[in-house]
Amino acid sequence: MIVEKTRKALEALFPQPEQEESSAEKIEPSEQEEAEQKEETPRQNGIIERDYSVHGYHLDVQVDPAQLYVAVKIIDELDYFIESITGVDWIKENQMEVIYDFSRYDFDLCRVVIRTRIDREDPKLPTITPIYAGANWHERETHDFFGIKFEGHPHLIPLLLPEDADFHPLLKDFKA
Amino acid sequence: MSVPIRLQPDETFILNVGPQHPATHGVLRVKMEMDGEYIVSAETVIGYIHRMHEKMGEIKTYPQFYMNLSRMDYLGALGYSHGHVLLIEKAAGIEVPERAEYIRAITVELNRIASHLFWFGAFVMDLGGFSPLMYALQDREYILDMLERITGSRLTYSYYRFGGLYNDIDDQFIESVKKFIPRMRKSLKKYHKLVTGNIIFRKRLEGNAILSKETCRKYGASSAVARGSGINYDVRRNEPYSVYPEFNFDIPVYHECDSMARYKVRMDEIEQSLRIIEQGIAKLPDGPIMPKKAPKIIKPPKGDYYQAVETARGNFGIRLVSDGTKNPYRLKLRSPTYSNMHLFDETCTGLLIMDALAFMGSLDLVIPEIDR
Repeated sequence: MIVEKTRKALEALFPQPEQEESSAEKIEPSEQEEAEQKEETPRQNGIIERDYSVHGYHLDVQVDPAQLYVAVKIIDELDYFIESITGVDWIKENQMEVIYDFSRYDFDLCRVVIRTRIDREDPKLPTITPIYAGANWHERETHDFFGIKFEGHPHLIPLLLPEDADFHPLLKDFKA
Repeated sequence: MSVPIRLQPDETFILNVGPQHPATHGVLRVKMEMDGEYIVSAETVIGYIHRMHEKMGEIKTYPQFYMNLSRMDYLGALGYSHGHVLLIEKAAGIEVPERAEYIRAITVELNRIASHLFWFGAFVMDLGGFSPLMYALQDREYILDMLERITGSRLTYSYYRFGGLYNDIDDQFIESVKKFIPRMRKSLKKYHKLVTGNIIFRKRLEGNAILSKETCRKYGASSAVARGSGINYDVRRNEPYSVYPEFNFDIPVYHECDSMARYKVRMDEIEQSLRIIEQGIAKLPDGPIMPKKAPKIIKPPKGDYYQAVETARGNFGIRLVSDGTKNPYRLKLRSPTYSNMHLFDETCTGLLIMDALAFMGSLDLVIPEIDR
């Protein structure tokens, strides 16, 4: 099962020194409940297995911006294709979330969502274009809409917005 | 008096294709660096008809935003509406009557055929054959007439509702569909006789713009672009949604990786869509088309939801980040041709310009859908 395989590969990113070695399946539901009940506490980095019939994806992975490149590298080695990259502006928490969607050309279904949170005042992330050439436009679009700087991107100029655009329309404090 | 420009032997020049050019089928611009007739490098410039649908998604409520979806892709609009209603129904937990899902599948497939027919005509016209467009538009007209009767519009449908449909289909519609299927099958044979075997057509397309599986994966290509490169991927099969598991149909896959393979995939898909419509009409259950308790105000609970559907142009994804209010907190539209178009720059390097335009035609572009 690719879900298990991907999970194992990604778990290497999150060493858990204090956790006792109980089976991983037992930990996950409680984590999910926690995330759903206490909305106020920010989510910890880690892997959550989601109910596909409700959310439409299987693995929900939150990583540190520094881990992003490595995580995408793992995903690439498992033959995933890139679906999209997008942002969400969490203005109340003064954070910006960037969401990467991956799926597979396969009947063994697994959709992976990799998300990472960055500071809203100075949004910077490493580019993943060396791994996925197709990330180029998606990152440019995210830069257009949210002003997130993808460091190392070969051609970070406006894609959908006018070429002289200096505004970012999907920011929650954007005024036309 | 204009003086003819003489280029040095190793000098290249920049050629602008578009933004207003018939071969691009819309306002799309490709900046090509040319060495004679050969493309050295190309840069696609998009965004000329960007309308910021995603911002409208945040400002409007769920039902208000619904009609925007059919304005994205004016040729295969129902597929996009289908994705949106499925997502909201999943997020808000609305039950859909079975009859409504069957009618949705039938109408989506009719719309897919209409879209493929238009593509077929326009594609052959790109290559210099004008008559097939006329035949294709005639067949497409039958579909538009049928859909107009029940949905009330010819291109930008707003036929679905959260939970069901706006209007039930009647016997006259079913009769017209039953008449249409054999007529379309006959036309398909005609198209194959007229176009597919044509030696000029084949010489233009066979071996043109080879697209490897790896390139498809790195760019996230879908639809006939992926299936023409030997990737057996169709969201209707890989990630079954709606009532598609009930139907018996094949996913055409070709391994030649060239423009001819992409052409063949789409032509075969017309036949497969006809099969789905046939079975849908035969299996169509009786019952209501809207649930009894359809909520008036849609407020999906907090969370992050994703829904993918196979539209006429490929894998369309829609993501909703809900904060539990009447408006979405964030609505992301992942359009299939955006990814399919992106690989054009890399693939057309080294091609003759006419071959590159043939390749562009085989991608089945609808520009408003790229720009959103």
